[in-house]
Amino acid sequence: MKKNSLRPWLYLLPAIAFLGLFMVYPLVDVFVYSFEEGYNSASQTYFGTGFYNYSYVLHDPYFLQAVKNTFLIVMITVPVSTAFALMISLGLSSLKKLQELYQTIYFLPYVTNTLAVGLVFMILFKRTAYSEGLVNLLIRFFGGSSVDFIDGPYWAKMFVMCFYTVWVVLPFKILILTSALASVNQDYYRAARIDATPKWRIFFRITLPMISPMIFYLVITGFIGAFKAYSDEVALFGTDLNSAGMNTIVGYIYDMLYGNSGGYPSYASAAAILLFAIVLTITCINLLFSRKNVTV
Amino acid sequence: MQSDELKQKNLSASLFAQKSGHALVVLFLTIWALLVLFPFYWMLLTSLKSYSAYNAEYIPKFFTLSPTLQNYADAFTAVPLARYFINTVIFTVATTGIMLFVIIPAAFAFSRLQFRGKDLAFMLFLSLMMIPNELVVITNFQTITNWGMRNTFWGLILPSVTSVFYIYLLKENFEQIPEELYKAAKVDGTSDLKYLFKVMLPICRPTVITITILKIIECWNAYVWPRLITDDEAYFLVSNGIQEIRENGFGRENIPAMMAAVVVISIPLIVLFLIFHKKIMAGVSRGGTKG
Amino acid sequence: MKVVLQDLTKIYPSRTRKGEEVRAVDAFTFEIPDGKLVGLLGPSGCGKSTTLNLISGLEAPTKGKVFFGEDDVTALPPEKRGVGLVFQNYALYPHLTVRQNILFPLQNLRGKEKLTKQEMNTRAEEAAGLVQIDALMDRKPSELSGGQQQRVAIARALVKMPRILLMDEPLSNLDARLRLQTREEIRRIQRETGITTIFVTHDQEEAMSISDLIVVMKDGVVHQIGKPQSVYDEPVNLFVAKFLGTPGINLFTGRVQQETLLIGEEAVLPVKGCADGKVIVGIRPEGFIPSEHGCVSCHMERVEVMGRDTSVVSTHPCALNEVIRSIISAEDVPNAASGVIRFEIKPNKTYLFNPATEERIRFTGTEQGGET
Repeated sequence: MKKNSLRPWLYLLPAIAFLGLFMVYPLVDVFVYSFEEGYNSASQTYFGTGFYNYSYVLHDPYFLQAVKNTFLIVMITVPVSTAFALMISLGLSSLKKLQELYQTIYFLPYVTNTLAVGLVFMILFKRTAYSEGLVNLLIRFFGGSSVDFIDGPYWAKMFVMCFYTVWVVLPFKILILTSALASVNQDYYRAARIDATPKWRIFFRITLPMISPMIFYLVITGFIGAFKAYSDEVALFGTDLNSAGMNTIVGYIYDMLYGNSGGYPSYASAAAILLFAIVLTITCINLLFSRKNVTV
Repeated sequence: MQSDELKQKNLSASLFAQKSGHALVVLFLTIWALLVLFPFYWMLLTSLKSYSAYNAEYIPKFFTLSPTLQNYADAFTAVPLARYFINTVIFTVATTGIMLFVIIPAAFAFSRLQFRGKDLAFMLFLSLMMIPNELVVITNFQTITNWGMRNTFWGLILPSVTSVFYIYLLKENFEQIPEELYKAAKVDGTSDLKYLFKVMLPICRPTVITITILKIIECWNAYVWPRLITDDEAYFLVSNGIQEIRENGFGRENIPAMMAAVVVISIPLIVLFLIFHKKIMAGVSRGGTKG
Repeated sequence: MKVVLQDLTKIYPSRTRKGEEVRAVDAFTFEIPDGKLVGLLGPSGCGKSTTLNLISGLEAPTKGKVFFGEDDVTALPPEKRGVGLVFQNYALYPHLTVRQNILFPLQNLRGKEKLTKQEMNTRAEEAAGLVQIDALMDRKPSELSGGQQQRVAIARALVKMPRILLMDEPLSNLDARLRLQTREEIRRIQRETGITTIFVTHDQEEAMSISDLIVVMKDGVVHQIGKPQSVYDEPVNLFVAKFLGTPGINLFTGRVQQETLLIGEEAVLPVKGCADGKVIVGIRPEGFIPSEHGCVSCHMERVEVMGRDTSVVSTHPCALNEVIRSIISAEDVPNAASGVIRFEIKPNKTYLFNPATEERIRFTGTEQGGET
């Protein structure tokens, strides 16, 4: 046994090397960065240590705008997409013939490049000098007045943003909920039917409690995912999110790091740690809430 | 008699309600299915319309009578779409290949070998799953820059070749292989490595395939890291390419050509999905998340 | 090839810091003669599987030695020992066909032992023929029944011509009918090949029916080794007596007074050479004969007829079992369905044990009794 004690570590070596270099070390480093004031990437020097980076980020109007946008996206898309996914999954589970076909169709957005499809969405919603765009034509057809969803008012941009986000995250949620519904033991439903339980009661007293752990899982991962929103925004509004007023916290981090306004890894680190703190807090609140309400 | 008739009526009424309820459900699901498919249809349709026809339509038509492949030709000639495409293939194949080389031995060590510190090491591995990418990307950007690897394939590939989650998934799968198979192989004089390749991997092939496909999807759609690490068009991946096309290519308004490019970069994954949709969906529902 | 175990001991360190270490096998010394079929028998957790693993080399002993013939193999890794191993759940490689499974051990041979493709195939065909699965060679294990899978596992173990064949609970995953069939099969294969075979089982009937020798173990300690019938007839202690036989042995508290055995107040047997004192009395079910003037009076509960056997279920205030089961011949069936039933008992089916040490107390009762 003893002579082999090094060999297992040899098997682990590639994984440990890569994880150490690209996960553990950066994790430590990001904290260091966030406290180094006036860090200069070119000369790799800094003036001093302290909370200045945090203070700068928290007073940066772009950051505050990004926080507002991110929170709006989270608060709108997580409940809407979860509820909508639940409705679709319930509908799917009542189908027989079409179930597999529809399930496959619904999953399609998961495997497509969100930047590419985002471009299609942009074209559908955009109003240009030459064309109203398909969505605006529909609005006009129903008697509304057209609005530019891409370069227009804030609420319109936020609407299309949330709409696209829901479109992108639904496949995963539908898939998880459909398999959760399928795994509920059919005997419960048979027993309930024999007792002449009304449908709504079956849903609230049997189905919902049975799949509540999965719903909860989706809410948690949904929150975490929505807080990291970024590439969907780029897809719709382009890389200069600040001027579009649609930046997110993650977008702010990357802009600080790189690009036209980049070159400030310390500010980026501070923002990243703030984001991490927010996500951690929300997840903890979710967990506390679930412990009281989720029956497993 | 009368009550019987009444019952009959009630029954058929409730049957009717059930049927029409079901029809509503089907209608609702069908509308959503169309909404999901519509963007794909629209990109394909637009990509087949000629530039002049597209711009002449104030109210866009839902079909075209004179499809043209000119836009595809434009997409490959006016912007280096082929370059983006080849780059992404290289990136995807290399990253996925190296990842398998990294995670398979690790999963094997955790599932099959006995050694001091195994439990502690595995716990540390698991705790890394909670680290969000945004937190480490800053330093990685600096590291790769310092190593002079910006605008190289190594710079693109190296930070993406490990996945704690896939190690975990594979380890769980390896552990489901009965202990006796290992003992039987040992008695027959099979070495650990031979056992891994001749027994464990063939048995766990479905999981390995699922992991490979999920990683391919993740690589194909990668945007953030490639954007940070490349500013030379020669190393752009398709996501960055599409963004570049949107902002600078085709003189901005050649939407049919843009759509042709979008179709080209979407097709590989859609084909992959159509072939493997059962495996992909099973794999994702076992714990995948959107990369 | 004979197998010699010398003071073989396996101690597992305790899991917790303060917990006690576990002696899975304690000072096992035994010589298994060449070409015999030996059953290692004991309740689960008695150390029989550990013993098997020590012989195969999958585990290293804490102390003691293992010899195959004259070779000390204690330090050899399993693959160098030349053992074949058959598992309870067969452990067939699910992704390989029957043929590939059987070929697998041969493909590992290196150097001098390396075989040509032709030789491998011949060997595989031979092994398959021996266990009569020639027709199934190109199927996958999942397409076979449990019994067929077990045969493949045996063929895979035999194909490399092992010096010793080891089987870990080879029959427990089979249903009752197949189990009977397969154990005859194992007996036949062992006879035909003449390979020294050691198998582990918790089923005493299985061990008794096919073994040349059985080894009864408990808590890592070997209690008795012998031919199946002689172990059954002459158990050395209470545990062995209880473990062998279905239905199990009936136990009573009794005492010896002036070389007479008393159960309750009834004098049952003369027991020459026994000191006075309390004893545990064990009587095999076939040791009872219903008799008007019998010396043990029990309260009859019911009569059960199962196929050939007729058994009387009764109770006795001194019995340690809940009920007393006696197997009697059909003509002795009592008329009354309840009430008191009296039995004579056969001295050679009666055993006395020391209540403290549980060791057997020998006695000479009549001319039939107690010779070893």
